Amino acid sequence: MAHMNMVTPPPDLVAISALQSKLVSALRPILPEYALLWEPEDTIPYECDGLAAYKRMPLAVALPETEEQVAQILKICFAMQIPVVPRGSGTGLSGGAMPISQGLVLSLAKLKKILSIDPFTRTAVVQPGVRNLAISEAVAHLGLYYAPDPSSQIACSIGGNVNENSGGVHCLKYGLTLHNVLRVRGVLMNGEIVEFGSLAPDSPGLDLLAIMMGSEGMLAVVTEVTVKLVAKPKLARVIMASFDDIEKGGNAVAAIIAAGIIPAGLEMMDKATTRAVEEFVHAGYDLDAAAILLCESDGTPEEVAEEIERMTKVLEQAGASGIQISKDESERLKFWSGRKNAFPAAGRLAPDYYCMDGTIPRRHIATLLKRIAGMEEKYGLGCLNVFHAGDGNMHPLILFNGADQEEWHRAEEFGTEILEACVELGGTITGEHGVGIEKINSMCVQFGEGERETFWGVKSAFDPEKLLNPDKAIPTLTRCAEYGRMRISGGKLPHPELERF
Amino acid sequence: MAALNPKIDVFREQILEAAKNQTPLSIEGGGTKSWYGNPNTYSKLDTRNYSGILEYQPEELVITACAGTPLQEIEAALSEKNQVLAFEPPHFGEQATFGGAIAAGLAGPGRISVGNFRDFVLGARILDGNGQDLSFGGKVMKNVAGYDVSRLLPGSMGTLSLLLEASVKVLPKPAATATLRCQISQANALRVLNEWAGQPLPISASCWIGNANSDGQLMIRLAGAAAAVKAAIPLMSSLVMASEVDSDIATIFWSELREHQLQSFTNLSADQTLYRLALPAACGPLSIPGASNEVVLEWHGQQRWIKAPGDENTFAAIKQLATNHGGHATRFRQGASVDPSYQRFTLLNEQAHSNALVAVQERLRSVFDPAGVFATKRLP
Repeated sequence: MAHMNMVTPPPDLVAISALQSKLVSALRPILPEYALLWEPEDTIPYECDGLAAYKRMPLAVALPETEEQVAQILKICFAMQIPVVPRGSGTGLSGGAMPISQGLVLSLAKLKKILSIDPFTRTAVVQPGVRNLAISEAVAHLGLYYAPDPSSQIACSIGGNVNENSGGVHCLKYGLTLHNVLRVRGVLMNGEIVEFGSLAPDSPGLDLLAIMMGSEGMLAVVTEVTVKLVAKPKLARVIMASFDDIEKGGNAVAAIIAAGIIPAGLEMMDKATTRAVEEFVHAGYDLDAAAILLCESDGTPEEVAEEIERMTKVLEQAGASGIQISKDESERLKFWSGRKNAFPAAGRLAPDYYCMDGTIPRRHIATLLKRIAGMEEKYGLGCLNVFHAGDGNMHPLILFNGADQEEWHRAEEFGTEILEACVELGGTITGEHGVGIEKINSMCVQFGEGERETFWGVKSAFDPEKLLNPDKAIPTLTRCAEYGRMRISGGKLPHPELERF
Repeated sequence: MAALNPKIDVFREQILEAAKNQTPLSIEGGGTKSWYGNPNTYSKLDTRNYSGILEYQPEELVITACAGTPLQEIEAALSEKNQVLAFEPPHFGEQATFGGAIAAGLAGPGRISVGNFRDFVLGARILDGNGQDLSFGGKVMKNVAGYDVSRLLPGSMGTLSLLLEASVKVLPKPAATATLRCQISQANALRVLNEWAGQPLPISASCWIGNANSDGQLMIRLAGAAAAVKAAIPLMSSLVMASEVDSDIATIFWSELREHQLQSFTNLSADQTLYRLALPAACGPLSIPGASNEVVLEWHGQQRWIKAPGDENTFAAIKQLATNHGGHATRFRQGASVDPSYQRFTLLNEQAHSNALVAVQERLRSVFDPAGVFATKRLP
């Protein structure tokens, strides 16, 4: 990951320090000593999330252990008009949990109990700090699991998943967080406790649960989540298909869907990625292939056999140059190991990498990959392409050296150009990582002024004072105007010394 | 993203005129669901002139169409490519439109296995109460840029904005289907359906119709890979002594259930109301004083249809019962002699856990519609 850069110039140290003392003394009576941090050596781990290029020090960090404490903290901050940045496990890749200099970081990490599991209704009630994978582990003995599986699932929290509407490699068949959460309990910025959705199939009034999903910690602080559990498939097998041409690989993806098959997973890697990961995991990938497609089927043994046969036929017709089908579970995991280790493998090729997250209509996959190849030349930086081909969600990994400020700027420009290409091809700037602070300028490209003003309106409906994570996801009019001027000047930054999220 | 379109300009003029005169507009498509929700006498905004499929590429699993497009036209186009709206939105008449189905937000038998209408909405183009032409979401499954405004529209009953166009996810038709039928009590049906739902079985829908106090008939629809359906039939049949239903008869049954054409729905008497209860999976059989003995359970018991007197006391008791079990109740359809001015829905402030949302919802509505152009109260 990238580091450095983006250092906020201290506006007024004296004022900040006074505010900090005021906040800390207000919070002290409601939190145990260990649950309130303000000394720089204690708060520095919170200066950034999984996107380390963007960092800032907060006034303080609160680590409540109960919903009651969360509500009290919010009431105090609301009264003091101090902005609050909620934080889960800090694995987010868009800087959505980056602190605000004159604000509080509200970590939900200590709310990490699984409150109840009900196999009969296939539901579990969990606190926001529970790790995604911990839910599936806790219900495995019942033959159930929680379907969304973002690649950070070992570490990422369910509260974070709700706020990012996280996906994963299996969401083509099993849906996003949105489709797997029944109810969210939370606290509004004014300290009021609210519940969105219910255990019933629908709820009175407008569907406010839907708008909470992916709201990037800007509408309410999540304190409890009721998730849907689904039956664990008896078997999974994966086909690994090689293609000598990226276009053929892209067309094979479309052909599988057109044949009426929804694979459990449908992932693609380009040649550069295959080479990088093979060196890392030794899975026996075809190093000459221009693209490798991983195509998974799950279900009963009969179902899997039928689907694997159908998919194999489609892949052959689409011109696959090689096809291997996993014989057993260990081989299946071996085929997947490269895809799952693409990020660490990228980390071995360059000091830093910058992970993008655009989504495009499936039919444009090859077009976008060709454009990215052109951008590699233009910016003089390498790029690995791994993606959730089934749903067109691309993760180009731009390789760069973060110690070189100029190279980081080039990587950023490269990323921005990829996102603009995604919008132009009818897609979106972010499929599952969120806008956060990272892609906030690209929101000016994807949405017009009317849409952005509506987003601000939606935020105000929940948080009229705009105190909850207010500098993320939705750009202000001024920011977009400035961004527009910056783009016009040809990618050369007018004042590189200024912060410019 | 305003594109020049005279039809949209006409809508905009209507909206601006309504804003100026402070008179709400009642949005209507084919009028097939005009009986659903709270009634009003405001002037209509007819969407049917804005019709047509704008984009449909089967391999993208997405269809984009104008609000006034007949739902039949959309389903026919999908069927040609062997695809479907998997949540099976009810039509309630041949004139049903795409926009009307979204505004009502209703789903049919498939809802229990694939999800609700909002789970399938990917993007929408709207005119808000200021006549602004706005687009949210998009045409791809994974999209977290900005708040998910388009998913607020299903079930909003035209009280938020005028829907112009929407992109909806579609799915391939299942490779195979089969329907099983057995005689079973309500309690046993609820138990067995929930047990099966926790196993890897290809169940796509269920319906129990019977006498609340004795036996009834359970229909179970299986859908998926041919091998999976074939393997499940003997396994499930042996547990509940079920037999397979002829496929033509089954198709008619599931369609009549979705369209409320079964006798259990059409025999509503003039002083009765058809109540819809949405309940958690854990809810066992309910006994409702004054209700007809016959009940219809769908979605493994999470959606229940009950015929009972249409008076306010009965609705109050049913609402209380549903709320106590963690769900809510709706006056879905009223008999001819029931007062049409009765509130049809459970209100947010009638449930302790959603009381705080009253103010949020009100502010949210005013963002989209500051002048109250869509404030018909059709959905409170």
